[in-house]
Amino acid sequence: MEHLGNAIVQGVLTGGLYAMFAIGLALIFGIMRLVNIAHGDLIVLAAYVALIVTQTLGLNPLLALGIVIPIMAVVGYGLQRGLFNRAMGTDVMPSLLVSFGLSVIIQNGLLMLFSADNKRLQAGALEVASVTLSDTISIGLLPSLQLVLAILVIIGLQFLLYRTAIGRAFRAVSDDPRIAQLMGLNNRHVFGLAMALSCAIVALAGVLLAIRANFDPATGPTRLIFGFEAVIIGGLTSFWGTLAGGIILGVVQSVASSFDPGWQILAGHIAFLIVLAVRPNGLFGRVA
Amino acid sequence: MASLDVRRSSWLTHLATAGGLVLTALLLSAALWASNDTLRLATDIFLYIALACLWNFLAGYAGLVSVGQQAYVGLGGYGLFALAAKADVPALYALPLLGCMAALLSVPIAKLLFRLRGAYFTIGSWVVAEVFHLGAILIVPLGGGSGMSLPIRAAQALGPTPHDRFVTTYLTALVLLLAVLTMIFVVLRSRMGLALTAIRDNEAAARSNGVNVDRVKLIIYVAAASATAMVGALIFIQKLRISPDAGFSVNDWTALIVFMVVIGGIGTFEGPIVGALIYFLLGETLATLGPVYLIILGAVAIAVMLIEPRGIWGFVRARWGLQLLPLSFLVRPSASKIEK
Amino acid sequence: MPDPLLRVRGVEAFYGDFQALYGVDIEVARGQIVAIIGANGAGKSTLLNSIVGLNPAGRSAISFNGADIGGEPPHQIVRRGLTIVPEGRRLFASLNVEENLLIGAEVKRSGDWTLAKVYELFPVLRERRHTPSRSLSGGQQQMVAIGRALMSNPALLLCDELSLGLAPIVVKGIYGYMKAIVANDVSAVIVEQDIQQALRIADYVYCMLEGRIALHGRAGSLSREAIASAYFGV
Repeated sequence: MEHLGNAIVQGVLTGGLYAMFAIGLALIFGIMRLVNIAHGDLIVLAAYVALIVTQTLGLNPLLALGIVIPIMAVVGYGLQRGLFNRAMGTDVMPSLLVSFGLSVIIQNGLLMLFSADNKRLQAGALEVASVTLSDTISIGLLPSLQLVLAILVIIGLQFLLYRTAIGRAFRAVSDDPRIAQLMGLNNRHVFGLAMALSCAIVALAGVLLAIRANFDPATGPTRLIFGFEAVIIGGLTSFWGTLAGGIILGVVQSVASSFDPGWQILAGHIAFLIVLAVRPNGLFGRVA
Repeated sequence: MASLDVRRSSWLTHLATAGGLVLTALLLSAALWASNDTLRLATDIFLYIALACLWNFLAGYAGLVSVGQQAYVGLGGYGLFALAAKADVPALYALPLLGCMAALLSVPIAKLLFRLRGAYFTIGSWVVAEVFHLGAILIVPLGGGSGMSLPIRAAQALGPTPHDRFVTTYLTALVLLLAVLTMIFVVLRSRMGLALTAIRDNEAAARSNGVNVDRVKLIIYVAAASATAMVGALIFIQKLRISPDAGFSVNDWTALIVFMVVIGGIGTFEGPIVGALIYFLLGETLATLGPVYLIILGAVAIAVMLIEPRGIWGFVRARWGLQLLPLSFLVRPSASKIEK
Repeated sequence: MPDPLLRVRGVEAFYGDFQALYGVDIEVARGQIVAIIGANGAGKSTLLNSIVGLNPAGRSAISFNGADIGGEPPHQIVRRGLTIVPEGRRLFASLNVEENLLIGAEVKRSGDWTLAKVYELFPVLRERRHTPSRSLSGGQQQMVAIGRALMSNPALLLCDELSLGLAPIVVKGIYGYMKAIVANDVSAVIVEQDIQQALRIADYVYCMLEGRIALHGRAGSLSREAIASAYFGV
């Protein structure tokens, strides 16, 4: 059972990363009912931006965040104003298809620029640093950082949403966009800021992903799906639920992988489908 | 009050019907005179048109924007290879069998996916396709991650010479395409077509007026899944080899198809056919560009979605009031006004 | 006579093939309360939607404070000092009372109206400032909706059906507040189905029928019979 204990611990820590994939997705869905199919590809795009920044400036990936996050936020704002705002409306199809098209464009653009080869960010000592708890359980510094950062992101978001003027505007636009503009809010700008925020979180998640594992241009859709599964398992009601969803997904994958690596991702998908069958509102959602 | 002349048919629909019959006869006769290369290309075109029409049936008419139809393409391909290799079922008999199997399997999948509303259904459909993809990798008897080839004896059962095999696949693909088009046409002309229009205009209003929205969507999802699996089986008869990455490829069996439909005209009967034909016309010159081609197609599809969401055919139809098939009603002031 | 604060000229509006407004003209002078009355479906709310920028309008069809504002997006029109109290109050459900009021201040127009002044006008809102807006009574919600609009320091307040769904005594109270709000630098347009209420408070009255102005004049100058026939179109 010892190896199981280790698998659970590693899964919990990975869950922090999955929660970060999920939070950006849940945030824009909550504010503007937009599901961005290119979300995973933006995560991978952020990883490549970090790759360029670290290689050209010789920065540590975590320091590079100071550059990658603003870049991705600007990308997000631009995408929203230039693309998604024009596709949003009562019908979800235009925004779905536009973001699906964007997903294919980002993937193939990265393929042209960087080839299909695996890449990875080098973070030096951070990658291997760990604390040994027992013979079989050791906690890596980097995975722990993922979980801690996910918790900090959630606390930061709660503060932003409930204690600041822009958070108030996000909630007002989410409640009733028609009335919000009649009270003087520029919805298009507010949506742009929401996407910028989502992409800032995407940047953080992308850099952490890129230190942790190999990535290539085709890895985006799977990250989108992990984030989506965490959101649905967690139940769409709070970011803490989403974190719990991410952790459950991480644990299921990690435990399955400890028996047979071929089952890692499949087991996560199956867990998601079981939750959908048994509790369609998520494990922590209210029953409708 | 001026009386209105309401009809489905026009001289153009009659002409199109006649033209369609002539075209069908011509295509059937091609089995007698066309070269292997022509037959092969024509088969590909038929199969892509069928996929495009089926995806449009789901997304354009039932509002089910799936990005997971590759699940059924791969299922059909793998099903055919498995039946041929393990049970010696001849390919042509396997087709209807696969259609039934896919239909049966798609019912519980639909029940599950329909719990996700709107855009979340879309990503959910992708998860299901990934389950199929990863599942196929784990099935060692079917070659695991590296896939398998169609057994030679199964290929030979289609015809003794390569030319015979091309002719058999060509005719099967043509019949399948005609069946798909007929099915969609009949559904759109039926009461269910009326229900679909109501759902598309206003789902809540359709529900409150007694349209069983979930049942209509279920029927369409199952029909599309079943037909998509049969098309998938034929696609991999053409290719003679299948692997999990090829069978369940989102780029090949969903992204390309979505772009064709969006460019041709989503939610119109003719649009997907127009989109697929354009793709093949340009394909010869542009396919060598690889990733650039997909980028261009994606960008054009986005532009169409933002500028003219009805696509090429939707634009043509609105601009000139054309329709080739008697599907919607044409309303014009009557030529002979009835005196009050 | 000085330029009116708001001038609407020949505004038309369509919902698909249906024409809802046929060349409507109205004017609002500074410091005035103008009432727009009419039966359900006469086009009153459509007219307001055109003024606040929700319906398309020609550039010069609507001028406010001397500037042509037709066709501007709603949020810019608010910035010019034209704010609506929407029909049915439409508070932001996930925001509490004070947050709803603060949304109104997003445009940051200078003026007298502050959180403190709104609370002074509606003391009950100060007590309930942290209450979710949903759990207020209808009358209190209407106070928040009016307060939210005032927080933008408007020069013109458009009030759509203030009396809707409220008890008569509460309606009376709300209109009492309107008298206190409107002064030289704040004018108001009141859209009402309750004719008595509208006539009691307004300086000038427009009566709409089937997308047109059927009758208008100073509130005291219109006879009951004239209003009734313009209202019902008989």
